[in-house]
Amino acid sequence: MHVDEDRPRDLRRRTQDDVLSLVGSASASLALVWLVFEQMLAWSGTLGFVVCWYVTFLALYAGVTAMSHPRPVIVDRLVSAAVHAGAGVAGLALASTVIYTFVQGRAALGHFNFYTHDMFGVGPQAPLTQGGIWHAIVGSFIEVGIAVCIALPLGIGTAVFMTEVGGRLSRIVRTVVEAMTALPDILAGLFIYTTLIIGLGFERSGFAAAMALTVMMLPIIARSAEVSLRIVPGGLREAGMALGASQWQTVRRIVLPTAKAGLATALILGVARAVGETAPVLITSGASTLTNYNPFKDPMNSLPLFIFSAVRSGEPLYIARGFGAASVLLGLVLALFLTTRFLARDRMTRR
Amino acid sequence: MSVIDDLAGPEVAGDSPRMIDPGRAPSDRVFHGVARVTGLSVLVLTGSIGLFLGYQAIPTLHRYGLSFFTESQWQPELDKIGISSVLVGTFEVAAVALVVAFPLSLLTALFISEYAPARLRSLLVSMVDLMAAVPSIVYGLWAFFLLEPNIIYLSRWLHRYFGWLPIFQVDTDPRAASWAQSRYTASAFIAGVAVAMMVMPLACAVMRGVFAAAPIGEREAAYALGATRWGMIRAVVLPFGRGAVIGGTMLAMGRALGETVAVLLIISPAFDIKFRILEVGTQTVSALIAGRFGDATSAQLSALLTAGFVLFLITLAVNTVAAIFVNRSRSGAATEI
Repeated sequence: MHVDEDRPRDLRRRTQDDVLSLVGSASASLALVWLVFEQMLAWSGTLGFVVCWYVTFLALYAGVTAMSHPRPVIVDRLVSAAVHAGAGVAGLALASTVIYTFVQGRAALGHFNFYTHDMFGVGPQAPLTQGGIWHAIVGSFIEVGIAVCIALPLGIGTAVFMTEVGGRLSRIVRTVVEAMTALPDILAGLFIYTTLIIGLGFERSGFAAAMALTVMMLPIIARSAEVSLRIVPGGLREAGMALGASQWQTVRRIVLPTAKAGLATALILGVARAVGETAPVLITSGASTLTNYNPFKDPMNSLPLFIFSAVRSGEPLYIARGFGAASVLLGLVLALFLTTRFLARDRMTRR
Repeated sequence: MSVIDDLAGPEVAGDSPRMIDPGRAPSDRVFHGVARVTGLSVLVLTGSIGLFLGYQAIPTLHRYGLSFFTESQWQPELDKIGISSVLVGTFEVAAVALVVAFPLSLLTALFISEYAPARLRSLLVSMVDLMAAVPSIVYGLWAFFLLEPNIIYLSRWLHRYFGWLPIFQVDTDPRAASWAQSRYTASAFIAGVAVAMMVMPLACAVMRGVFAAAPIGEREAAYALGATRWGMIRAVVLPFGRGAVIGGTMLAMGRALGETVAVLLIISPAFDIKFRILEVGTQTVSALIAGRFGDATSAQLSALLTAGFVLFLITLAVNTVAAIFVNRSRSGAATEI
């Protein structure tokens, strides 16, 4: 007797049935929806078309699968289609955000004066060949620089305290630090505004903005650094102490270098977060059009603040400048991000 | 005997036992002291923020009493200040953000951990982290300039076909030929969708991390019993990651409650308690603080700080519950084969 059905199927490979039922359902539903949507019902709208196409595709896919497969396979295929669609929507949103920002900013990015001049004496309706965001870049740099100089030692020191010294106090510190990562960014700015600016009489300056950024960055850096330090195997520490090193020598020569990549990642992610924070700097540093190198006196502009005031102005050229600044900010965050990826990969290949 | 005597060393007077623990070296004492001081100073710095915000609530509650929580208007010149409408608006925006972000983040996390090819996995994880790193003002720009002009059509469609639901009502006619576009802009719905983009990567990263840690022995057992991929996910991955799904969503909610800039760019402030999310006008606590701090007298500043303190307490509670859920999940437990 001929037993054709007894040939074992290769379970890993995609069968012709898999591919054809997918492609067939997709094209059939496209044609059907085009016919009904455009020609017969004459509805409009791209979003409506795509949604109707997707729903019809799911129905057809389920129908085609039902003709030769049992129910679990139908459910599996429908869920697979849903998961791919969900991930596709998320990816599409990210791509559209990045691409839209760069496309809208390309008019301003092409001019060299955009990077080297500031907006002093340049009105909102001035053409793009005048003015630039130099003051915003300098301001962001100074503010984030000061914040890092304060938050990094404190954050790593706290992480070392929590992992190496331990004890009941460190548990309290850990609880409070974790609670503070939940602080909304506007409240960090408001805290600094009320204490430093109103309470102690500082003026709105780059230093106050740097303090607000420190308050925001400190719990994040402390928590990520603590995670990186905790991952260091206890055996390394014990080996150091068995060789006669004191705890400080163990930390300095063994634990910190081993966690170096993780600490660098924590720092860079903290910096990327701080450079894009708008709400704290909105309250604590006033916006200005001058380049200000002194963080202790006079308002200091920064990239997020410049973007915020530019897009609210309503002038098309000024909005274009705002998008250019947003492209610069996005490019900066991307560069920082690629650096962490590079550091992480370096660690893995070296091992 | 004499050799042993020589080897034994000089005679000791009494039989005092040797101290095995020599105590801490001086450099270690310094190290512990410095570490303790650093930890204490960070504790003081961060803890004082919460205490300071709470302390500022006292004069406000003194002056306005419990009507601070029931009054919906914010008119400082008439001395009528209350955060009830603002709190309602905050929760509306966060609820819309969660409804949009939860399915997206769950599906994306499942895609990355289960359906994506193995060599693409680390790239996709980086993309999710990148999405979390994009500054919120960039999302605000995208939402204000690209999303808003296009999504009002969706708002109108929702109003037209689902307007019998009270949350989808708008006081305009959706069937009119030249329908009032301005009644659909600057609504809690649009702000919620923008905030959803920001919180989705957070929830996705938490969920994906736990899904990837589901024990492989149980996965293979499901496949060996003849389960399809979805059957395996439903039987092994989702129960394993249940805590992470809930915890990740609550973390996303905590972040959505505190989002400032995107909301500030999109909404037009309106101080009335309404549950109609598609209609123009709403207000959230962070947008209120960001918008009003400039021309605030000290009494109003204290009121803003009190509103901020209430927001902080809510966010803290949500994040604490989220942490409990994530820690309570089975992550880390593997089946013993």
